[in-house]
Amino acid sequence: MVWVNDIIQGILTGGLYALFACGLSLMFGVMKVVNLAHGDLAVIGGYVALGVITVTHIPVLWSFVIVVPVMAVLGYVLQRTVIQAALDRSVLTTLMVTFGLSVVIENALLEFVSANSQSLGVGNAIITRSFSIGSQIQIAYLLVLIFAVAVAVLLGLQYFLSRSKYGRMIRAVADDREAAQLSGVDYRHVFGIAAAIAFGTVALAGIAYGMYSQFAPTTGTDTILLFAFAAVVIGGLGSLWGTLLGGVVLGVAQQIGAQINISDEVLAGYIVFLAVLVLRPQGLTSRRAQS
Amino acid sequence: MSVVTDTSARSAEKIRVTRSRRNVAWTGVGALVVVVVLALFPYIVYSGTTTIMVQGFIVLTLACMWNLLAGYAGLVSVGQQMFVGLGAYFVLILALHGTSPFAGLPVAAIGCGVAAVPLWWLVSRLRSGYFAIATWVLAATVMLVIERFSSIGGGTGLPLPGLSGYDPAVLTADTYWIGLAVTVIALTATYLLLRGRLGLVLTAIRDDEVAARSSGARVGLARMLVFVVAAVGCGAAGGLNAISLLNVQPAAVFNVQWTAKMAFAVIIGGLGTIEGPILGTAVYMVLQQTLQSYNVWYLIVLGLVAMAVALFARRGLWGLVDDHLHVRLFPVGYWLWAPGSTGRRGIGLARRGGRPG
Repeated sequence: MVWVNDIIQGILTGGLYALFACGLSLMFGVMKVVNLAHGDLAVIGGYVALGVITVTHIPVLWSFVIVVPVMAVLGYVLQRTVIQAALDRSVLTTLMVTFGLSVVIENALLEFVSANSQSLGVGNAIITRSFSIGSQIQIAYLLVLIFAVAVAVLLGLQYFLSRSKYGRMIRAVADDREAAQLSGVDYRHVFGIAAAIAFGTVALAGIAYGMYSQFAPTTGTDTILLFAFAAVVIGGLGSLWGTLLGGVVLGVAQQIGAQINISDEVLAGYIVFLAVLVLRPQGLTSRRAQS
Repeated sequence: MSVVTDTSARSAEKIRVTRSRRNVAWTGVGALVVVVVLALFPYIVYSGTTTIMVQGFIVLTLACMWNLLAGYAGLVSVGQQMFVGLGAYFVLILALHGTSPFAGLPVAAIGCGVAAVPLWWLVSRLRSGYFAIATWVLAATVMLVIERFSSIGGGTGLPLPGLSGYDPAVLTADTYWIGLAVTVIALTATYLLLRGRLGLVLTAIRDDEVAARSSGARVGLARMLVFVVAAVGCGAAGGLNAISLLNVQPAAVFNVQWTAKMAFAVIIGGLGTIEGPILGTAVYMVLQQTLQSYNVWYLIVLGLVAMAVALFARRGLWGLVDDHLHVRLFPVGYWLWAPGSTGRRGIGLARRGGRPG
């Protein structure tokens, strides 16, 4: 029964990790940008939510109405300025610039909001309540909600990419930038849109993590970025639904690791990640070999 | 092009190939003088100064290694802190078994090189951005594994034993000399590596990987060699850090800020040149010392400067020096001299640092 509980908790946590991962995956899929500041931006989302809630007193669950657009605008602006400038130079420059951004954000947060841990919506009924199945399994409403949000985000992204006008442009630019440009698509604007969407999911990830656990300036790299990356690799590079599978596998591995030894939770996840890297480098879902 | 026609027309004459446009003997003499003067520092300056300089030696050694990785092998590693940490822990483990930390340092560095081989195997299939984050995950994993062993301090770490009998002044001076030695070895090794076959292969990869492969360059092997050498260097710097702090703490020695420091120093100084990391480390130390009373502001400023340099002055500060003065202190490329040519005209081969494109 303990193991069943672990697996259920792991699957639900996987939703959170998929939320971490889909923005990273989208930016790589469209722009070939590996954004090393991804996790720090999610943490910024968390702090923005905290600020919005403190100032406007809106319920924590509705904070996304403000935070997601704010982060999306930030994403568009960052993409059109710094990231695009780096992309125009080389892949190496993109890595160095996003790494610089990550270090700058993390240390600036340490300066301005201190290293103390924060969390969102402490004492909120929906966030703390849970329901039981049998005597051993307790499921938090929040985890179910986060999982549902992750699935909704992935469904929405899939629908957007396959059906909408901008989705078609994004796919066109991702496939062949020059050909798309010849057909009259401004790829810089399309990249900006894709970055805005990615940052919107990053904002959701930040809020979700803030409700689920505590965050501090260093959470962005040592938790969010690395877990997101592990989920992307386990699930298969460039696959949206793969990030959900990757997140679930990572979540289950962590829960089982924690069951064996409470301090081995994170390590167990990384060991599964490394095993996938060695045994199935193309990920669990992708059939295509990685270039 | 004119060189080619000249050669066929006047085949009797020889094309001269030299390492540098100018005679670089003075560089060697100059380097020797600098090292001798630096070696005398413990007799001249206060111990506070030498302690700061040890920090500079650590950053310079790390920067040299990151430059080899990113500037020459195209490997942007964000996980070099794993070797900084492993180096510190190897020194600690040896010290716990009765070896003097100074004697343990070379063993620790070589141990890091040995450990780098299986670690390389784990991440070698990944490229660019994915390689970067994978090394980061690997560093986190290594830290978590180390933290499991309570005999070496678990999650809190241990003070470094074996140096308590030392006179503080002697310890400071010895640490300084070891630091100087580590840095000189790191710089010399980088220079010699890049002058040799490996340097040639790396330059070929940098210019065109596919062409290099088809010419028989063993690209994977070259990259692995660089990864191992960088592990040895970072391990030595990590061990040196443990000796200078007399303490090993997992969260501190495996901190990603180590990689931030080395990367920023290299990017600011000039990626893909040997001189760049030296200049970058100087900038790093000046900023760090000036802003040290403002907590982590020096890292914020360094990060912003590094981003600006990466975007707008891609060959770094040394690139600017090179453009204006045409100076190479450590020539690793070749110069072709057309037959009969004298003076300053020659064609630089593989002269430029940094990656094209």
